[in-house]
Amino acid sequence: MAVDVKIPPSGESITGGLLSTWFVKNGDAVRKGQPLFSFETDKVTSEATAEVDGRITIKVPAGTEVLIGQVVAAIEAGAAGNAPSPAAAPVATTTPASVPVAKVAPAPAPIASKSGSAAEISPAVRRIAEESGLDPAAVQGTGKAGRVTKGDMLVALAVGASIAKASAPSAPVDASAPASSAVPAVIPSRDGRITRRKMSPLRKKIAERLVQAKSEAAMLTTFNEVNMAPVMELRKRHGEEFLKKHGVKLGFMSFFVKAAVRALKEIPQVNAQLDGEEIVENNFYDVGVAVGTDKGLMVPVVRDCDRLTFAGIEKAIVDFGKRARDGKIQLPELQGGVFTISNGGIYGSMLSTPILNHPQAAIMGLHNIVERPVVENGQIIIRPIMYLALSYDHRIIDGKEAVTFLVKVKQAIEDPQPLLFGI
Amino acid sequence: MSQLDLVVIGSGPGGYVAAIKAAQLGLKVALVEKDPTLGGTCLNVGCIPSKALLHSTEVWHLAREGKKHGLQGAEKLTFDVQAMMANKDKVVAQLNKGVEFLTTKRGVEIVRGLGRLGKQGMVLVRSAAGDRTLETKNVIIATGSVPIELPFMKFDGETVISSDQGIALPSVPERMVVVGAGAIGLELSSVWARLGSQVTVVEMLTGICGPSYDPDIAKAAQTAFEKQGIKFELGAKVTGFKKSAAGVALTAERDGKVLEFPANRILVAVGRKANTTGLGAVEAGLKLDERGRVVIDSHFKTNLPGVYAIGDVVAGPMLAHKAEEEGVACVENIAGKHGHVNYGVIPGVVYTDPEVACVGMSETEAKAKGVEVRVGKFQLQGNGRAIASDATTGLVKVIADAKTDKVLGVQMVGRGTSEMIAAACAHMEYGGSAEDIARTCFAHPTISESFKEAAMAVSKSSIHSL
Repeated sequence: MAVDVKIPPSGESITGGLLSTWFVKNGDAVRKGQPLFSFETDKVTSEATAEVDGRITIKVPAGTEVLIGQVVAAIEAGAAGNAPSPAAAPVATTTPASVPVAKVAPAPAPIASKSGSAAEISPAVRRIAEESGLDPAAVQGTGKAGRVTKGDMLVALAVGASIAKASAPSAPVDASAPASSAVPAVIPSRDGRITRRKMSPLRKKIAERLVQAKSEAAMLTTFNEVNMAPVMELRKRHGEEFLKKHGVKLGFMSFFVKAAVRALKEIPQVNAQLDGEEIVENNFYDVGVAVGTDKGLMVPVVRDCDRLTFAGIEKAIVDFGKRARDGKIQLPELQGGVFTISNGGIYGSMLSTPILNHPQAAIMGLHNIVERPVVENGQIIIRPIMYLALSYDHRIIDGKEAVTFLVKVKQAIEDPQPLLFGI
Repeated sequence: MSQLDLVVIGSGPGGYVAAIKAAQLGLKVALVEKDPTLGGTCLNVGCIPSKALLHSTEVWHLAREGKKHGLQGAEKLTFDVQAMMANKDKVVAQLNKGVEFLTTKRGVEIVRGLGRLGKQGMVLVRSAAGDRTLETKNVIIATGSVPIELPFMKFDGETVISSDQGIALPSVPERMVVVGAGAIGLELSSVWARLGSQVTVVEMLTGICGPSYDPDIAKAAQTAFEKQGIKFELGAKVTGFKKSAAGVALTAERDGKVLEFPANRILVAVGRKANTTGLGAVEAGLKLDERGRVVIDSHFKTNLPGVYAIGDVVAGPMLAHKAEEEGVACVENIAGKHGHVNYGVIPGVVYTDPEVACVGMSETEAKAKGVEVRVGKFQLQGNGRAIASDATTGLVKVIADAKTDKVLGVQMVGRGTSEMIAAACAHMEYGGSAEDIARTCFAHPTISESFKEAAMAVSKSSIHSL
């Protein structure tokens, strides 16, 4: 009996993604639990495994955009298949479906030469594509009628590797393995003045979401400044003990998350979002914290921040940061936030206007802390000052509410004791 | 007569192919030929007749070795030069008719006579039957080339002969001296040596087959030819010839020493020169270069409006297939399309046995250009089909870019390499790498597999050699 292999559900709002790589070849024998393919969405990369033992028939080549629930293969339960061949057996591979670059192989027909354009890849190009994951379709060909030659592939891989190295000098990029599938398909121009590469699915989604936020919401930003001295003083006084007790540093983030939660409680319009013609008011406090990774920005969500301790928030953020950089964030961890905090200050930003994390109605931007002269009680004194920004969807949040929200955050940070007592 | 779209002067492989292509593209075209038969040098006194003679003499040569293959009485065999010539003439005549058939069936008008450029838009054709003026929008000069004559040793058709006579000798000369170890010299040397002539090839360069070949390839070919009884005198500069009671002797000079080579016939095959005789180039103001070749731009345009030139009469290798490619591309350009000739992938062949073939860059040339290369070679001794076919003489060499693995050139010595080189051309035309060849399936057993093995040897992964 044949069991269909489908694209597994990946959580709310995800309708499809990219079937990026097949780990098995057409006709291979597979075992229950064996990873079959990787599935890339705008958020995460996941693996799907076989549900039964049997022989697999691949129906969709790697590199195809697929929908949740789509049948991509069938497993003839109990049937004997080809012994799984080692991944690098290029000559033996005549099945375009098992080629991770099968964008150029339109159909998973067993004979490459019958499927038209697949035959246009030279054998050496095919071997390199399979071994490296570099899609020849993304490489600028210098051969006859723009065909991609082996030399073109080697150049693209070399340039790709150097870019990967340059962009993540401290990351553990294995320079001896420039042909890893993480290498973007980079196309250097003939004169080297420009290079082109395809957007990753994550980058594409980021771009799509940002444009969507910009075009759908009536976005506006309000600013304030906050004296960081009281929080800094608290951290100085209790930081060491905090670290000893909780195993995590007492950062600024927990203060801002707590301050934001308090302000959200007081100004519930900010903790809302538009759904068609209805305003959905959220009575929970799942706050997204933007984390930069080499693949792009990710916003994992810290759940129920109103109930978490300072230590709980700090631990969650540290854990997210680490896993985001390792690419191990699970899709559900990115979903369901009601409000987002983005800290451009760690990169040295003085002031910015963050873009909404659609469909949320507000996002708060933190910036760097700089000693500035300020006037208090008629005296000019030096204070560590941070500018705060709140971008909001003016369709459902009025200016008064937005401004008040930010003032509440400012007050909580400048006088943090009430936060500690939960008052 | 109404105006033509195109007049092609010369019906060699460049000219007649251009005329057919033009007719295919809907142009009204006339083909002017001064000789009684179509096909030019290639068909009448060049490629084709020499191939017929090479085949006949090869049959003779192989038959003589028949004993080892179980043939009885091989040593008693004789041959008839006249019959060989008759066979050659038959081949030529058949193809003459073929070209005439192909052209006329396509609607090409054949105009007999010597074509001459008139004033703009005019071609004058002079013939015994009377003169004619053709009015045309475009002209392609495809007047080819003629053998180069040494100034101190003019062709007399008897003692000092050109290839034109070399393919039509009535009998086998006892001693023959061939000046020039290029394709023509080597092929005619083979023909007459196989028939028993004592052939000495005198060449100014230090290697045979011309400058396109690497020394290892040229040396392998030379060794093979020497085994067939052909003597080579390389690095020798021909100075003239002497007549004596015993006959004639070619004189040459090497390292200050005077050399003498007695002969019945001296075949001069030192190259060919562009032919513009009777074309009226000077009167028309047609620009020629210092070697008398018609000057063209990258679209085959001469300095005269509407006048183009292709083939041996312009710069580049004097090869029939190069002329054909240019003819097609030139006509396509005239018809508003985009013709192009890839001069980097034009094969060259010496049709001896073993044949010597090359395409693209030699290792020597690549290195001179500063290109880092990796070279793979395969000796035919390691090829099963070659052993079974008694054809183990020779080797295949693949020259690839060290960085990109792209095949830059291929050189071969061996039986049938004139056919094998086509595979190399196809790979190179598509920018193929040595690995691409190595990953292409070749029929077994074939001598062509040596090409695949040589490609594998580029990455030191040849299966059938160590």
